[in-house]
Amino acid sequence: MRQSDLNAIYVVVARELIKFVRERSRLVSTLARPLIWLFLVGGGMSRVVSPAMGVPYMQFIFPGIIGMTILFSSIFSSISIIWDKEFGFMKEMLAAPVSRFSIVVGKALSGTAVSTIQALLIVLLFPLLGLRLGLSQIMLVLCISMLLAFCLSSLGILIASFYESFESFSVIMNFIVMPMFFLSGAMYPVKLLPHVLGIFTRINPLTYGIDALKYMVFPLSTLVAHDFPLGLDIAVIASSSIVFVMIAGNVFERRK
Amino acid sequence: MIEVKNLTKKFGAVTAVDGISFEVEKGSIFGFLGPNGAGKTTTINILCTLLSPSSGSALIDGHDCVKDSSEVRKKIGIVFQDNTLDKELTAYENLLFHSYLYSVPKKGRKKRIEDALHFVDLIGRKDDPVKKFSGGMKRRLEVARSIVHQPKILFLDEPTLGLDPQSRTNLWEFISKLPEEQDVTIFMTTHYMEEAEICGRIAIIDNGKIIAQGSPEELKKMVGGDVIYLKTRDNARALQDIQNLLHLEAGELNGEVCIPVSGNGDACIPKLISALNDSVISVRLQRPALNDVFLKLTGKDIRPETVSGNNEIKDSIRSYRRKFDK
Repeated sequence: MRQSDLNAIYVVVARELIKFVRERSRLVSTLARPLIWLFLVGGGMSRVVSPAMGVPYMQFIFPGIIGMTILFSSIFSSISIIWDKEFGFMKEMLAAPVSRFSIVVGKALSGTAVSTIQALLIVLLFPLLGLRLGLSQIMLVLCISMLLAFCLSSLGILIASFYESFESFSVIMNFIVMPMFFLSGAMYPVKLLPHVLGIFTRINPLTYGIDALKYMVFPLSTLVAHDFPLGLDIAVIASSSIVFVMIAGNVFERRK
Repeated sequence: MIEVKNLTKKFGAVTAVDGISFEVEKGSIFGFLGPNGAGKTTTINILCTLLSPSSGSALIDGHDCVKDSSEVRKKIGIVFQDNTLDKELTAYENLLFHSYLYSVPKKGRKKRIEDALHFVDLIGRKDDPVKKFSGGMKRRLEVARSIVHQPKILFLDEPTLGLDPQSRTNLWEFISKLPEEQDVTIFMTTHYMEEAEICGRIAIIDNGKIIAQGSPEELKKMVGGDVIYLKTRDNARALQDIQNLLHLEAGELNGEVCIPVSGNGDACIPKLISALNDSVISVRLQRPALNDVFLKLTGKDIRPETVSGNNEIKDSIRSYRRKFDK
């Protein structure tokens, strides 16, 4: 990798982090969503759902809510590419003597950084749910979060690279992000889903991420059943990340 | 500096640029003049390596825009038609990120950024976020940004679009100083005739084709020279005197004596006045404008757009906000 490409990655990441720090309202609004789901939906549902799955419902959905935080903040962060395309800063980057691939990598890394920070803030809520997590567990949760954030940020860039304007925003939200969330085992065990929907959960990278998070939050597998082996989870997230970045890089490299 | 040969760009069935050829000399200001949709921005995007041509070739400082795009990118600076600044960042940060993207060496980077800000008179606002800037200031900042990496060629795509007259004049002051002070060649597009006057050479483009090329003076000669209009105490006598004493063609039009002059009209005025023995009440000199050239060549007027680019941006901001508020 050339120096100019490293510079480009630095620019993309630094710009995103500066904006993340300056736009406090963005942080508040992205954190509000998981909090609402965790305490309002989770709190209410825990009275309806029997604790037959081994742990209280609010604890059960905790890994799923971490996954949700990462999903939304990663996709939102990547989708800012469409924003940049429409409002021009992307043009400034595309016309610069740097490879398009470095812009994609920078964007994926900045999405990863921003999402991991937000995931950390949610993870730290664990005492409120009656969970007991050790420092090593928290670190492992963060590692998985980071990997998952990179994967989903890359997916977001891939999606964003096909759209030219923000008109498509609600389409992405309703037809990609929300189904990904519900078909990920975040709110209920994947095994309870009908077979047809089960196929969708299997091609959803978030399923594997949340499954891996469950391993870290509930190390004793007797409590919460796992859907896949941990090794498979990590392999799927890592390999799909690479595939997403490669395709997105190629789409960007194409000149009309 | 720029050599373009038979450049063509087709978008499906539409031919946006149709076999254009031109050359731009080092250190000059070259203007691309034409109505909206004539193919000006498409040409700039090809020269800036953002688009590939369908056929033909474009060389920037000896480098091919298609095969050698990374070399070309290093040598050019661009001010796009729509604003490409990051509004959340400060003026200084925008220029700093730009200098990273263009690998400006760390040593002297700060000075170069400050010099550029100084050049456009924005040094006092360097730590203000760009969102607080007026339209004219943003444009000037974009000009500053485009020269931070010391490009050899600067592309300005409708640099004054959407600006008020005062900011436009102000911006032109900076732009016209650029070739000398920053040692750059300028390629600009505009649909304002009066702005094209500062160019050394102009190509008039319409429907993707170049219909005329030359210096503003050369182009204006295509529609004839200056015309002097006189009001006199006795028009009939004045007409006679002009024909007899100065051997110039003259006629009467709407109560005025009009004298078409080949070439420069100013020099003729004193001669006229002394020849007419103080019977002149008023004198007015009319020079052919570039607009007349365009009118003559295409049979239509260049109409400035009523909707500016800024309004479109504002509209899309509004629709974006609506979505996020939901």
